[in-house]
Amino acid sequence: MSETLQVSGIVAGYIPDLPVLRDVSLSAQKGKITVIIGPNGAGKSTLIKAVSGLVPATEGHVVLNGANITNPRPDQMGGLGVAYIPQTDNVFRSLTIRQNLELVLRNAGPEGPARLDRLFQQFPPLAQKQRERAGSLSGGQRQFLAIAMALAIDPSLILMDEPSAGLSPKAAEEVLEHAHVLAQRGVTILLVEQNVKQALRLADHCYILADGRNQIDGPAADLLSDPVVGQIYLGGKRMAPT
Amino acid sequence: MIQNLVDGVLVGSILSLGAIGLTMAMHMLRFANFSHAELLSIGAYSALVFDGLFEVIYPALGSAIGPLSLTWALSLAIILSMVITGASAVLIDRLIFRRVRAKGGELSMVFASFGVAMIIRNILGLIFGLGSQLYSKDIVFAMAISRDPLLLIKPDQVFSLVAALIIMIILHLILSRTTFGYALRAVAENPTLAQVSGINLSRMILLIWIIGGGLAAAAGVFYGLSNQINPVLGRDLVLPIFAATIVGGIGSVYGAVLGGFLVGIASNLALVVLPSGYSPSVPFLIILAVLMVRPTGLFGEERL
Amino acid sequence: MIGLLSYLVFFATVAAILSIAVLGLNLQWGNTGLFNGGVVAFFGAGGYGTLILGGTPQADHLGGFALPYLIALSGGMAIAGLLAWGVGILTLRLRHDYLAIATFGVAVAFENLMRNAEGLAGGAKGLRGFERPLRQALGDGFTYNLLFLIFVLGLLIATYIFLERLIRSPYGRLLRAIREDETAAMSLGKNPARIRLAAFIAGSVIMGLAGGLYATFYAFISPQDVLPILTFQIWAMLIVGGAGNNKGAVMGTFLIWGAWTASGWGLSRFAPLEVQLYTGSLQFILIGVVIVGMLLWRPQGLFEEKLVVSQSGRAKHLKQQGVRE
Repeated sequence: MSETLQVSGIVAGYIPDLPVLRDVSLSAQKGKITVIIGPNGAGKSTLIKAVSGLVPATEGHVVLNGANITNPRPDQMGGLGVAYIPQTDNVFRSLTIRQNLELVLRNAGPEGPARLDRLFQQFPPLAQKQRERAGSLSGGQRQFLAIAMALAIDPSLILMDEPSAGLSPKAAEEVLEHAHVLAQRGVTILLVEQNVKQALRLADHCYILADGRNQIDGPAADLLSDPVVGQIYLGGKRMAPT
Repeated sequence: MIQNLVDGVLVGSILSLGAIGLTMAMHMLRFANFSHAELLSIGAYSALVFDGLFEVIYPALGSAIGPLSLTWALSLAIILSMVITGASAVLIDRLIFRRVRAKGGELSMVFASFGVAMIIRNILGLIFGLGSQLYSKDIVFAMAISRDPLLLIKPDQVFSLVAALIIMIILHLILSRTTFGYALRAVAENPTLAQVSGINLSRMILLIWIIGGGLAAAAGVFYGLSNQINPVLGRDLVLPIFAATIVGGIGSVYGAVLGGFLVGIASNLALVVLPSGYSPSVPFLIILAVLMVRPTGLFGEERL
Repeated sequence: MIGLLSYLVFFATVAAILSIAVLGLNLQWGNTGLFNGGVVAFFGAGGYGTLILGGTPQADHLGGFALPYLIALSGGMAIAGLLAWGVGILTLRLRHDYLAIATFGVAVAFENLMRNAEGLAGGAKGLRGFERPLRQALGDGFTYNLLFLIFVLGLLIATYIFLERLIRSPYGRLLRAIREDETAAMSLGKNPARIRLAAFIAGSVIMGLAGGLYATFYAFISPQDVLPILTFQIWAMLIVGGAGNNKGAVMGTFLIWGAWTASGWGLSRFAPLEVQLYTGSLQFILIGVVIVGMLLWRPQGLFEEKLVVSQSGRAKHLKQQGVRE
């Protein structure tokens, strides 16, 4: 197994001396889906923001394909082959679908038009609506545009922050299904999910965070059948982890 | 009345050019930049300097173009002045605004911008004198477009309006047709997403200053062509330009264009009912009216 | 000797009056985080208000109600407060730049109105016909000026004590809480907009008091007294003293007013004639350099704030901007 991403001992937060992440380590394997779950405020989103350089890490390391990339400049992540899809506001609403894609492809050089065609082939609904403003898309379509924008840079790793949030069950299913397709093509996926059951069914490996620290981790299938995990996260009695 | 309307359109095009840069910088850096109008002064005076220089080097350039008082030398000077003013805007940001930004809040930036305005305005006064200057000493008479109602327009004003419109169309094409324009709009809409989409924010801020400075320089020269150039040009235009950004909605380039024309026209129409002494107050009344009716402006988004 | 002494009394009176205005600004900016780009409008409203209410009747303009002095002064303050209420109600719920632009606009419009509306306030030639209180009993000489200085100092001390008590009260803590973190203050069930409006009005009333005293001192006010430069001078005084620090604000006022008068005197005395034409420009550059220089190198002012205030709110603001360079 080869590790695409290795995060070790990350301490990070928005305000100095008040870290949201107190000590988190994880790794994501190539071509696998790794999912991060945990209660609200556990630091799931902060973790992937710290990886992409949007939140400064004060301690710890982020290693991508063997290279230390701790605290990168967010605009250089794409060049390193990492795409980050935020939870909300993940497309530019005032631009058309085509403009959104052309924007992320603008440094692709002569390859750009061919890649744009490929993306449109991959997502026919987006091709149909390419002249419309992204703000007019439905939730599911918007999420697919965000995924297409991520794929435009030909990433080796995609960080997704709750891709199913706010979507209809059917659209959520489709989006998560697509993550699966991407993983099979060799893209490493690290995603934060609220929809725990669905995520565990889909994922290969799972980390549970609480209070800014690792709690439990293991193969997703094992956690799905684990009675304790089931009790806390899968519709059993909810208790606040301390 | 018609004359006021026409004058309003002419002034409006100048305000629009000034407001575009202001609204972009205000939106990106989240502060009301009271020194923006001084960029118009810097532009007007650098064009004056280059104009003189070119006429000395190549006296042939000193001849006026057609019916205009505008000379070939001045036309070239406008372009150079846009470059110099853009560079000045970047320099001011590097020397002052960026450092204040790193240290304190948005409020400190506003205070700093007043300080910067005062320094620029008075240094210009020291260098060029406190009196007014003109690009051309030739008197160009206004043409009567119609006799009833009497409508007078100077050829230079027509040139300014056309040139301003051409600049705005070029900007529109950049924003709507090029990936650089998409990047500008992307940064304005969502800076964080823009960053993770591979856009270098520092470079965008730099480009916004360059564009804003260049447009301000053009506005300053056009203002100087139809009026006079003096060190308090920035002081007189700062409030109308702010009014234009508020009418259009802070952050909206198209709003700034429309806002500039609306403020220009409204200010000139107001002179039909108000004595001319009150004209400096008109932009303030417009600001008040917008804040009462629609604080987000014509194209602004709800932002606190 | 008496010449120097009477000059010192004159200097101290003006500096003490300006100190009151700086204290008013400190309540708005230092304690509540409100930008006031038009201090001079509220100062002027107090000045004009006092003279119109307390002056003798004039044929060519409004006013001359000949009210007792203290009532006229309070009336001037009330007019400043009313103006602040009007501006505040429109802008305080919006982003801070709107307040900055609107207050700046108020000052421009105020000066413009005073200069043009002859029937209201005498226009460019200013407001005359005001008799300084107790002038008949005390005359116009040194004694009067000394007693007036004591009166002004008394009001300065009263304002100072009032503000010190205010910022140490629960209300004062609330003001700082709003300045630091508005959302948190809101979650405590407080209405930040209303509290900010109250602080903005209170600060402007204090500026109105300063303006009233200033106009009383000269028994005259004209548009020349309400030019934008006064706003910038008052800012420089607060920035030098340290925003949020009342003692520093007063010290900053005396320091900057001293530097301003000294530089004006020095330039008029020693500079060659052709330079003297530019005295104003040089002094304005000086004020601009003081403002920018302090913000760059010593944003906390020369005299540091005693109350420890967390910087976290500010750090968060910067984060929200998303600008990392």
